[in-house]
Amino acid sequence: MPGAFEGETITRRNLVNLWAQGAGGIAAAAFTLPALGFAIAPIFKREPWSWQAIGTPADFPDNVYETKVITITPGIGEAGNSIAYVRARNPAIDTEPEDQYNHWVALSSRCMHLGCPVRYVSAAERFICPCHGGVYDFRGMVVGGPPVRPLDRFYTRLNDGLVEIGPRYSVNKELQRFSPRFPGEPIDGIGQYLYPAQFATSKKP
Amino acid sequence: MPRIPPPPLPKALQPRPKRPGENGENGATHPLPIEAGISVVDWVDERMQMSSGLRWLLFRKVPRGVNWPYTLGSATLFAFLNQAVTGVFLAMYYRPDVSGGAYESIRNINDNVFLGQLVHAMHKWGASVMIILIFLHMGRVFFYGAYKYPREMTWVIGVVLLILTLAMGFSGYLLPFDQRSYWATVVGVNINAGGPFIGPFLSNFLLGGADFGATTLSRFYAIHMLLIPGLMAALIGAHLYLITKLGIAAPPWIKPHVAEDGDHTLAEAEV
Repeated sequence: MPGAFEGETITRRNLVNLWAQGAGGIAAAAFTLPALGFAIAPIFKREPWSWQAIGTPADFPDNVYETKVITITPGIGEAGNSIAYVRARNPAIDTEPEDQYNHWVALSSRCMHLGCPVRYVSAAERFICPCHGGVYDFRGMVVGGPPVRPLDRFYTRLNDGLVEIGPRYSVNKELQRFSPRFPGEPIDGIGQYLYPAQFATSKKP
Repeated sequence: MPRIPPPPLPKALQPRPKRPGENGENGATHPLPIEAGISVVDWVDERMQMSSGLRWLLFRKVPRGVNWPYTLGSATLFAFLNQAVTGVFLAMYYRPDVSGGAYESIRNINDNVFLGQLVHAMHKWGASVMIILIFLHMGRVFFYGAYKYPREMTWVIGVVLLILTLAMGFSGYLLPFDQRSYWATVVGVNINAGGPFIGPFLSNFLLGGADFGATTLSRFYAIHMLLIPGLMAALIGAHLYLITKLGIAAPPWIKPHVAEDGDHTLAEAEV
C-alpha cells in the first residue's frame, strides 16, 4: 500500500483522519439523537384516559341524543374539551352486537371528513357538519358529503349507578371497532392497513 | 509587515481635486471628517477582507434586458426580513399558553402595546404578501426558463423555501389561538393525517400526542419561530450564493451575441 509502512493496510494519515471524523460524528450524534428522540417521543407514548361520569341511566332516552361536554385533554381548559352525543342503546335500530361497553351509544362530535365539530339537528335526526357539508344519520352513519366513515364512538359503562364515558374508538361501515384513527382515514378494506393503529391510542378501553 | 493594497474608493468618497488657486499642502493638514470614517473602514476591512466579497455580491454583471419581474426575488427576501423583524418583537409579548393565555396575550398586543396592532398587522399581512411574492417569483423563474442549466440547484432550494414558507403559514396560523386558528389547525393536521402509512404518525408528531393537547401550541410556536426560520435563513443564504456565483439568467428574448470570432456569449452590461 503506497504511503503505508511495510505490512500495514492503512496509512497513518488515513487512520488519524478516520479517528477525527469518527469523533466528530459521535459528538454530533451525542446531541442530535437525544434531541430527536425527545421531539418524536409523543408518537410512542400511550395517552392515559380516565372514565368520566356523565349522568344517570334515566338521563338518556333511546330516541334522542343528550349533548355532553367531555374532557379529551385535561388541564388545558376549553381547548381540551369536546362534545359527545349520548343516548341509550335501542335494539330496534342498533344492530351491532351488544356488550358491556355499548349499553349507551356515545357518538363523538368530530366529523370524519376533517375533524370539524358536527351538531345534531333533532328535527332532521341528522348530524350535520358546518365546514364541508358532511351529513350523518341517527346512528352516525354517513348519508351525505365527504366523510369517509361513520362518526367515532366512545366506550360507555355503568359504574356506581352512573353512566361513564371512556376512550374513543373508530368504527367502519359495519360498526366494527378499531383503535382511534384520525378523521379522513377510511378503515374499510385496504384503509385499515393504509392507516395503521397508532402507538398513542388503544383499541381497548 | 506588508500592507494589503486598499480597494479603490467609490467616486463619492475620493478626495476632490484641488481648485485653481487652492493650496494643496494646507488642505491636507485639515482632513475632512469623512476621511476618519474611511480610515476606520480601512482598518476593519484590512482585517476582515469583506470589501471584495461585498463587491462580488453587489457589483456584478447582469445581463441586458432585465426588468421589473427580476425584483420579485428581492421583494420576497424583504418580506421574509419583515416577518423576521416583526416576529422577533411579537415574541416579546406573546405567550404560548394553551388555556387562554395565548389569546389574551394577542389581545394585549393589539389593545395595549404601543404600535402593537401595527406590528401584529405587519406580521399577519406580511405573511400573505410573502406567499404571493414567492409564487410570483417562482412564476417569473419558470416562465423565463431561468431554472435551466446550470441553475437547477437554485430552483430546488427555492422549492424547498416555498414549502418552508407554506409551513410557516400553517404553523403561525394557530398562534393567535382564536376559534378560527384552532379549527383551521385541527383541519390542517387531519388533512396531514390523510397521507397513508406515515400521515397519522406525522400528525401525532405535530400534535405532540393523539389529540390536541397541552403541548401542541408550544410545539407549533417552537416550529414557527425557531426551527423553520433557521432552516430558511440557511437556505436563503445558499440561494443567494448560487445566484451570485452563477449570475442571473438573461430573459429568453435576449439572443446570444455572436462576436466576430464566432464566440457565442450573452451580451452583458454593467449595471
